[in-house]
Amino acid sequence: MNPSLWTEILSLSLQHLQLVGITIAIASALALPASVLLARRPTGRRWVLGFTNIAQTVPSLALFGFLLPFIGIGQPTAIVALTLYALLPIVRNTLTGILGVDPAVRESALAMGMTPRQILWQVELPLAIPSIVAGLRIATVTTIGTATIAAFIGAGGLGVFLVRGIAMMDKQALLAGALPAAAMALAADEGLEWIERKLSPA
Amino acid sequence: MPPILEIRDVSCELGGRPILRRVDLTVEEGETVVLLGRSGSGKTTLLKTINGLVPATSGEIRFEGRAAAQWDSVAMRRRMGYVIQDAGLFPHWTVEANIGLVPRLEKWEPARVAARVETLLDAVGLPAAEFRHRYPRELSGGQRQRVGIARALGADPPLLLFDEPFASLDPITRYELQRQFLDLRRSVRKTALFVTHDVREALLLASRIVLLHDGALELVATPEEFLAAKTPEARAFLASLEQSGRPN
Repeated sequence: MNPSLWTEILSLSLQHLQLVGITIAIASALALPASVLLARRPTGRRWVLGFTNIAQTVPSLALFGFLLPFIGIGQPTAIVALTLYALLPIVRNTLTGILGVDPAVRESALAMGMTPRQILWQVELPLAIPSIVAGLRIATVTTIGTATIAAFIGAGGLGVFLVRGIAMMDKQALLAGALPAAAMALAADEGLEWIERKLSPA
Repeated sequence: MPPILEIRDVSCELGGRPILRRVDLTVEEGETVVLLGRSGSGKTTLLKTINGLVPATSGEIRFEGRAAAQWDSVAMRRRMGYVIQDAGLFPHWTVEANIGLVPRLEKWEPARVAARVETLLDAVGLPAAEFRHRYPRELSGGQRQRVGIARALGADPPLLLFDEPFASLDPITRYELQRQFLDLRRSVRKTALFVTHDVREALLLASRIVLLHDGALELVATPEEFLAAKTPEARAFLASLEQSGRPN
């Protein structure tokens, strides 16, 4: 392998990480507060979960294609699409965590004179943390994989190698894209699992 | 001084089904009133209308001489300790944090909270040095329930509400906790409402027994009067007692 391939792997990996990082940051910023609001609103919950479910079923390549006429080619389109995919696991896990708090615990919190806000911050969210981090973990790992497809719409990242490898039937290029992406996904999975364990309240 | 708790003509419906039918009850300071009834008699609902977890459909509840509607519900609940079956402790907090909850909510100084926690652990028979830093999952069922009682006593509320607190304990632990309850009542002289379906427990703990049947009060009696009562539900409970031997 020539040294320029290594530099390319490095720079595309960084681009890939950037794509994933921005996506997860935006998805969390939207999904976490939304889930907290939805935890007390069953009707809104059904709508939002329905929407995120549908977003999830659209094949990623098709979603990129749909967004192209509106946002154009490049990173922004990729980030919008990837964010849509990342919403569901975060929303679903956060809701599961909050709603999964033992009703007896919630009832005693209320009966002891805690306000709904105190119950949310001091009881429900701390108890939901393992589930929330698990959601972030799923979202991150799937985004790392899905982001490879973003290269097809010119968003860069490790998918660039895959596009090239497929077009030119070049095994080395395919591996140069697939192996770092897999390593990244495994590292993210391990790292977030570690955080999940550290933050588990009990 | 007005009675600590007055329940006047309280009815409650849930989903169109009547749960409580025109209940009247006055509780004086220092009493232990046991709400006795079989499952579905409305005794737990009656308890929950008092701290507002279940809204009464009609009628009036007055606590410390003030109508419930005039109370801020959060402030009112902090003056009513609440103990439920399996304690409902916060699993992510230590024993100390659980017991100190209401004092913290009431913004006590940390040192005062710590001292209070120690006093309360002592009062429920758990050595503070050994237990204050434990988590609920590191306690037995009986110990959890003791912590639940200590938590309810946290900021020294004038009224304590108990919802079948000992129902899931083994018979020996239950008996120990009942003894503890009586000791506590002697030492802290609190007013308590205690829900149970166990007639022995009612006879052992009550200064007055309130018998509920199908959402209505059938009988209000001292334990001695209850033993001689002739109403149908009282006889049913007493018959169950004779089947299994007299208490104590």
